[in-house]
Amino acid sequence: MTAEKIFKNPKNLKRRKFINSLMIFLCFVAAVLTILPLLYIFIYTTQSGISALNIDFFTQLPKPVGEEGGGMANAIVGSGILIGLGGLIGIPIGIMSGIYIAEYSKSFLAGAIKFTTDVLSGVPSIVVGIFAYGVVVLAMQSFSAIAGGFALGILMIPTVTKITEEMLRLVPHSLREASLALGVSRWKTTVKVVLKTASSGIITGVLLAIARAAGETAPLLFTAFGNSFWQTSIDQPIAALPLQIFVYAISPYEDWHRQAWAGAFVLIFMVFIVNFLVRYVTRNKFG
Amino acid sequence: MTIEKLNVNDDINSAESDALVESEDNSDDQVKQKNSVVTNNLFVYFNKRPAIIDISVKIKKNSVTAVIGPSGCGKSTFLRSLNMMHEMTPSAKVFGEIYINGESIMNFNMVDLRKKVGMVFQKPNPFPTMSIFDNVAAGFKLDGSGNKNELNEIVEKNLINAGLWDEVKDRLKTPALSLSGGQQQRLCIARTIAVNPEIVLMDEPTSALDPVSSSKIEELIYRLKSEFTIIIVTHNMQQAARVSDQTAFFYLGKLIEISRTRKMFTNPKEKLTEEYITGKFG
Amino acid sequence: MIYEMYMDSSASIEKFGFGFIFSSHWEPVKEEFGALTFIYGTIVSSFMALLMSLPISIGVAIFLSELVHKSVRTSLSFLVEILAAIPSIIYGFWGIFVLAPFMRTTIQPFLQSVFGFLPFFQGTMYGTGLLTASIILAIMITPIITAITRDVLKAIPVAQKEAAYALGATRWEGIKMALLNARSGILGGAVLGLGRAIGETMAVTMVIGNKAQIMASFFEPAYTMASVIANEFAEASNEMQISALIEVGLILFGVTFIVNSMARLLIYSVTRNSQ
Repeated sequence: MTAEKIFKNPKNLKRRKFINSLMIFLCFVAAVLTILPLLYIFIYTTQSGISALNIDFFTQLPKPVGEEGGGMANAIVGSGILIGLGGLIGIPIGIMSGIYIAEYSKSFLAGAIKFTTDVLSGVPSIVVGIFAYGVVVLAMQSFSAIAGGFALGILMIPTVTKITEEMLRLVPHSLREASLALGVSRWKTTVKVVLKTASSGIITGVLLAIARAAGETAPLLFTAFGNSFWQTSIDQPIAALPLQIFVYAISPYEDWHRQAWAGAFVLIFMVFIVNFLVRYVTRNKFG
Repeated sequence: MTIEKLNVNDDINSAESDALVESEDNSDDQVKQKNSVVTNNLFVYFNKRPAIIDISVKIKKNSVTAVIGPSGCGKSTFLRSLNMMHEMTPSAKVFGEIYINGESIMNFNMVDLRKKVGMVFQKPNPFPTMSIFDNVAAGFKLDGSGNKNELNEIVEKNLINAGLWDEVKDRLKTPALSLSGGQQQRLCIARTIAVNPEIVLMDEPTSALDPVSSSKIEELIYRLKSEFTIIIVTHNMQQAARVSDQTAFFYLGKLIEISRTRKMFTNPKEKLTEEYITGKFG
Repeated sequence: MIYEMYMDSSASIEKFGFGFIFSSHWEPVKEEFGALTFIYGTIVSSFMALLMSLPISIGVAIFLSELVHKSVRTSLSFLVEILAAIPSIIYGFWGIFVLAPFMRTTIQPFLQSVFGFLPFFQGTMYGTGLLTASIILAIMITPIITAITRDVLKAIPVAQKEAAYALGATRWEGIKMALLNARSGILGGAVLGLGRAIGETMAVTMVIGNKAQIMASFFEPAYTMASVIANEFAEASNEMQISALIEVGLILFGVTFIVNSMARLLIYSVTRNSQ
């Protein structure tokens, strides 16, 4: 066997050993190259962000161009509203889809849902924005929080569906059987037994989806549109944190840059916390 | 292999006249009425492959019937056809007749049937998110029936019946998973009998338990006999001999022999039965 | 759900013919639109990102699955996953303020001095541009490719690896064999990463320079499909422009759909075979 010939040949050994060490070193380098930007981004954002963070940031409205100070209060509230609206759409649909795929997996509808969800998860967020534009903004003849929430909701669906499905699959079959054997109907079994058992896992899925939606900018550009003033009615344009960061970041004003960093820090901080929580809660669930 | 159809004259010679087998002189209907479970020519296929073949049995009320045989011979499949568990498996097809207390199984919907025919599983499976109390009451709570007072009574009565009351009476609200394996299984039995079925199916209920717990459950089965008809699948022949009134021997999906337990184990009719019992295979 | 999208966008396609794809005019005022520049920008930036990211992603995947202690592994993989969760504007933000200056002062001059004879590295060095965008994209898609490569490597039966080692293979040779086995899955991961790069909007918009042109140099600004939509949609001056932008969106959707489906097929085939 040629493999043996290669392996047992002493002349080769030195060279092979060298390649071995080289490759392992390269892999190490690769890992460093990956972690480095991450750490850098984190640290830089934290540094620049924290220094700009103050009470004003959370309570003030943006000041007109040129004036110092001001904050992103409306953007934070706006993001909250948008995520809330998005969740209203995305979470129920996502959970129901996840249930259907997991429990009735052999049916045609389940296959169709799975396919759609997979496709949806690959669609660029900006395209979803266009869709929301077409459906909501054109119909309402104005930008609005509803449109933004709609777009975010659609973006949330694949994440929630996938995690719900996975968590439901983790519930042992014997529990379903026990419930059915007691004469409980299929639907009640699914809701009261299976869902309940998987609930903590499903909640993590919801959290992840929310974290993702919170950071989305592109689809909001022409749906929620942004707003410099206090605005809480949902049929008008509304501010959002990532939008505000974007506007400030590409502006030429130092002060706005500062605030943008603060905003970026808040975002990153939140993303980090949610991901960490999720990891922590699910650490025991997998083999 | 000859298929053993119920032979009426089997036990006429036996000293005990408490025949488990009804004389064929009775009309078909009467037969069905007097027995808890009757199957005629039962077949079950998974994806066109036959799992059980032409099973016809009659099981009398308030008796314990053991089903024995080597792995994969169809014992569990037979049990599960009695409470329509195969509906959960899309690849399963069931043919033949099954009568529960004289009524054809086709006349029941799944939910009602399972209130009459309960099942205890091999591995104890209490609901992990529920307390001991809630588990026993699950048959009602999940359905949304039963009020608080009734439930209190029901839980107590059935835990006593299952021989678990003394051990858990002061911690009814603690999670069910805090119990030991044997206790969990008794909990599952309490849960199953709480809905007052007429027939209790048990699929190797003690195979996952230690000997002490197993014997407790065997005692339990013996006591429960007066209220329920019990069919128990078991790998353990000694257990079958200890606990049952009649025994059915399955092999490769077919019913080889069914007779009174004592007779089956001391003087089996079929050679195959004898070989299995004496440990020549399986 | 999906079909509504089709219908919505296609309402605007009718306004143009196929020439749309091949023309590179884009003058909103004159109402002339052609998407070639954007397609070029998208393709080049995404492929370059993939080129840069692939070896690194595979390296990290190997590192994580073979070469580290279990305790280190969890924390490191957590970090890599966080990389995937960072919102794209933050990447873009960092890109403008940190990466771009760095490119302008360090990397670009270096590249020009060493490889200046190639048309790719000539021209003015703004710091932003096609190359910078590609680098940021590369960072963004690395976690995806890494994750999939790790999954795929895990699916290789351990027995094969052990057999190789038993014969006296070095660590690296065993890994090489595993990679060979998993290659279609890794390819799938790469394609998936490509899909993500194609659709990435904010980070790219902020560093690519947003100029609708096709130039040989990587230092020059360019424009991607996603970016043009992001920049011009909200302020589009006329019906035609919006239609054109929607059509770009449709093309984008189509491309990502095809790419993602291919990726999924590849990955699916590997995980299926190993079971």
